[in-house]
Amino acid sequence: MLERLLARLGASLMVVWGVCTLVFLLIHLVPGDPVAVMLGEGARPADQLALRAALGLDRPLAVQYLDYLARLAHLDFGTSLHAQRPVAAVLAERVGPTLQLAIAALTLGIMVAVPMGVLAAQHRGGLIDRGAMGFSMLGAAIPNFWLGPILILVFSLWLGWTPVSGREGAASLILPAVTLGTGLAAILARMVRSSVLEVLGEDYMRTARAKGLSPAAVLWRHALRNAWLPVLTLIGIQFGALLGGAVVTETVFAWPGLGSLLIEAIQTRDYPVVQAAVLLISLSYLAVNTATDLLYVAVDPRVRLGQ
Amino acid sequence: MPDPLIQVQSLTTQLGDPSHPLRVVDGLDLHIQAGETFALLGESGCGKSMTALSLMRLLPPSGRIAAGVVRLRDTDLLRLTEAEMRKIRGGRMGMIFQEPQTSLNPVLTVGDQIAEAVRIHEGRSRAQVAGRVVELLRAVGIPDPEQRAKEFPHQLSGGMKQRVMIAMALAGDPELLIADEPTTALDVTIQAQVLRLLKDLQRQTGMAVLLITHDLGVVAETADRLAVMYAGHIVETAPVADFFANPAHPYSRKLLESLPAAEKRSGRLAVIPGRVPRLDAVFHGCRFAERCASVMDVCRTRTPAWLEIANGHGARCFLWDSEVAGEVAKAAETPHGAVGTASLSSATTDAARSDERGAPLLSAQGLQVHFPIHHGVLRRVVGHVRAVDGVSIELREGRTLALVGESGCGKTTAGKGILQLIQPTGGSVRYRDQELIGLSNRRMRPFRKDLQIVFQDPFASMNPRMLVGDVIGEGLQALGIAKRRADRMRRVAELLDLVGMDPEAARRYPHEFSGGQRQRICIARALAVEPRIIVCDEPTSALDVSVQAQILNLLKDLQARLGLAYLFITHDLSVVAYLAHEVAVMYLGRVVERGQVDEILDDPRHPYTSALLSAVPVVEQDKRRNVIRLDGDMPSPSHPPSGCYFHPRCPQSFERCPHSYPEEARLSETRVVSCHLTAETR
Repeated sequence: MLERLLARLGASLMVVWGVCTLVFLLIHLVPGDPVAVMLGEGARPADQLALRAALGLDRPLAVQYLDYLARLAHLDFGTSLHAQRPVAAVLAERVGPTLQLAIAALTLGIMVAVPMGVLAAQHRGGLIDRGAMGFSMLGAAIPNFWLGPILILVFSLWLGWTPVSGREGAASLILPAVTLGTGLAAILARMVRSSVLEVLGEDYMRTARAKGLSPAAVLWRHALRNAWLPVLTLIGIQFGALLGGAVVTETVFAWPGLGSLLIEAIQTRDYPVVQAAVLLISLSYLAVNTATDLLYVAVDPRVRLGQ
Repeated sequence: MPDPLIQVQSLTTQLGDPSHPLRVVDGLDLHIQAGETFALLGESGCGKSMTALSLMRLLPPSGRIAAGVVRLRDTDLLRLTEAEMRKIRGGRMGMIFQEPQTSLNPVLTVGDQIAEAVRIHEGRSRAQVAGRVVELLRAVGIPDPEQRAKEFPHQLSGGMKQRVMIAMALAGDPELLIADEPTTALDVTIQAQVLRLLKDLQRQTGMAVLLITHDLGVVAETADRLAVMYAGHIVETAPVADFFANPAHPYSRKLLESLPAAEKRSGRLAVIPGRVPRLDAVFHGCRFAERCASVMDVCRTRTPAWLEIANGHGARCFLWDSEVAGEVAKAAETPHGAVGTASLSSATTDAARSDERGAPLLSAQGLQVHFPIHHGVLRRVVGHVRAVDGVSIELREGRTLALVGESGCGKTTAGKGILQLIQPTGGSVRYRDQELIGLSNRRMRPFRKDLQIVFQDPFASMNPRMLVGDVIGEGLQALGIAKRRADRMRRVAELLDLVGMDPEAARRYPHEFSGGQRQRICIARALAVEPRIIVCDEPTSALDVSVQAQILNLLKDLQARLGLAYLFITHDLSVVAYLAHEVAVMYLGRVVERGQVDEILDDPRHPYTSALLSAVPVVEQDKRRNVIRLDGDMPSPSHPPSGCYFHPRCPQSFERCPHSYPEEARLSETRVVSCHLTAETR
């Protein structure tokens, strides 16, 4: 068990290193001279030279790489070209809003998806099932760049219940969370339904009923304990994706999160910020997935104790 | 007669669309007395499991009870509300199922799962519940119950899991225990343990058992009375001894005659022609009429009524209706299956023995298949699963060698190792003076033609998207035997004819055929390339007895016609007795005893062989042996015990056994045993 844990963490560390390296190479993979791209056309050679020195691009690649790793180890991501502040500070103020939005959307998604999926599975083929699966199809199909503006139109402009955009007060969280949560609930509900359906057909469900258990006990104790295992994995993946910043949704609602920061940084060619943001997004995705895997090991005795 | 514990009258259960239902149980009557074991016997699809689920009111969502009365003492079960019925389930009536592997919830400890049943039906405090769980586990013979209660199902063996299931069913002190094929998924030695446990528990608690099974041997050894089911209703009911002495219904007789046994080896097994009728039809006559050898005109037009033949023995057949058939007496005298006491040795003729000592077609010496166990980050090898650990056998033209053993003993792996379908890690396999181990795939190819295999599950071993003709013809194409499609199709037609099927079958898909037909197709596929040796890996264990009889007959005919050598891998000793010439018994990767079939079956010398033989339930009372009790389960092949692998379970183990693995001792020209006892007494 401990060995398995260490093996999983070891593998994750290898991926971290790979991500760091790729992000380092990012700046060198840009076609043409990165400095020329950053400063735009008509920049003075002296400025280019200064920037190149500031970024350390005038040194050999190996030296740059080692220096980059060393700075990463000290959480030094350099200075934002646009804001003229340390990148770490710029990122730090964006992490909070992204985390807040991600958790809100995920909670909303789970709260809608789990009852919906379970009910649909229990009434397979019935009205509830067809309604839930209709919602699921629609929710997965509607793009956020359409749903977001429609929600703003209805709830902010017509009804005036919520702010149009920005991040001021709890009310401003509602619309972006609903936008993100809808797609999430759609995917999760479908997964919960199929997972519960599969478990309901298992022999041990019949055993549970043969014991004389009530339908509620059969469902909650026996069915969901097994059914939520695959759902857990999906939740992990989705949460990881949300932490990466929902670029479209954040942009639509002008939500000051990582996603909108990334867009701004790309538009202003703020490479140090782009680099750091990509790194942070990748690492949080990785962290959530590793945590999910470990959680899975903890909750499934077959995995925990070996087959 | 006292009032029955449970009385079922004209129970009718339907599945599927109400306008066009499957009548899976169609007017079933039975009663079970308190404390007795009542067996419901039948082949797959006859409705016996649906009957059990109907009694528990646990039908699948598409099922419903359309009519009938089920009375448990004074309680009319079909009139209870669902909430009231829940008190009966797991309370007055418990149930255990066929597959202990899948019938327990994998994420709850076995203690929790039993505790749940205790809490519902006895409502005790937490500490009392824990005590009761341990008590129940102890009652079903689980060693170290305090510890086991904390374990999860996957940490227990199959036999242990079935014991846990029984413990769970006992939690409510049931008056009736319904056991649906409780030992079908278990090995014979474990089956013997579980059946004895059920008997002991029955004696202690006085509960009645409704035993649902397809195994006539299990019925003969455990039941008091039985009912034979066919196509949704009961065709015969009798006390067990009466039934086996004088089966009344033609279907019952055929079932008994189709059982393979040593005395039948010189002839063919009885088969039942045709198929079980579809249950969505409305019957106008006897349901068995189309397949019955004694069919009369009246059978097709009128439904036979239930007739009492003797005390407690009744059947649904016109042969017993004195108004319809005047030949009742004659029918009653018809001996079934010639169950004599002829010894095995007389059955194997000396003529058959004379040609057996020729040069072997294939010989394996010390064959080993070890699988590495990887561990840790670097996947280093920390040990080996010794699946096959030194197997020596010889196959001869026109003869059948049975490789016998319980699940996990390595018999299938040995078969695959011989065919080089798994790369052996040691030993030698010689086929016609050519060493096969270590040959490259390309150099092995010419030999593939001669060495074929038929798998256990005819449902899983054919590609469902290929036409039967292509399934059979693929080998011809791959080995370049018939390159033109027309030639191939001609050969496929011949092969289908050879295995007793309509050549038209070539243009259909595998799912259109029944299990028995599919196994014929698989045999045709193996025969396509004109092999010399066929490894038959449990080819009949997924089939009903009457279908098994057809396949065994076919294999025997083909051997006589084509001189094939069979390596017949099986756990079923009655099949061995019927079909095999030589037997090799495997335990934990090694052959412990081999010899002629009569030598092994009549006079086993290895204690494991004796235990295995004694555990097989047999129909004939005079042939029963005292079951030699084997405790525990087969150890893991990754950590075999020291010395003789069998010694921890061996009733005759002595001081030498834990120290060294016994050498092979040759007892006769044909017989070899690996046991310290034999070495001692010689």
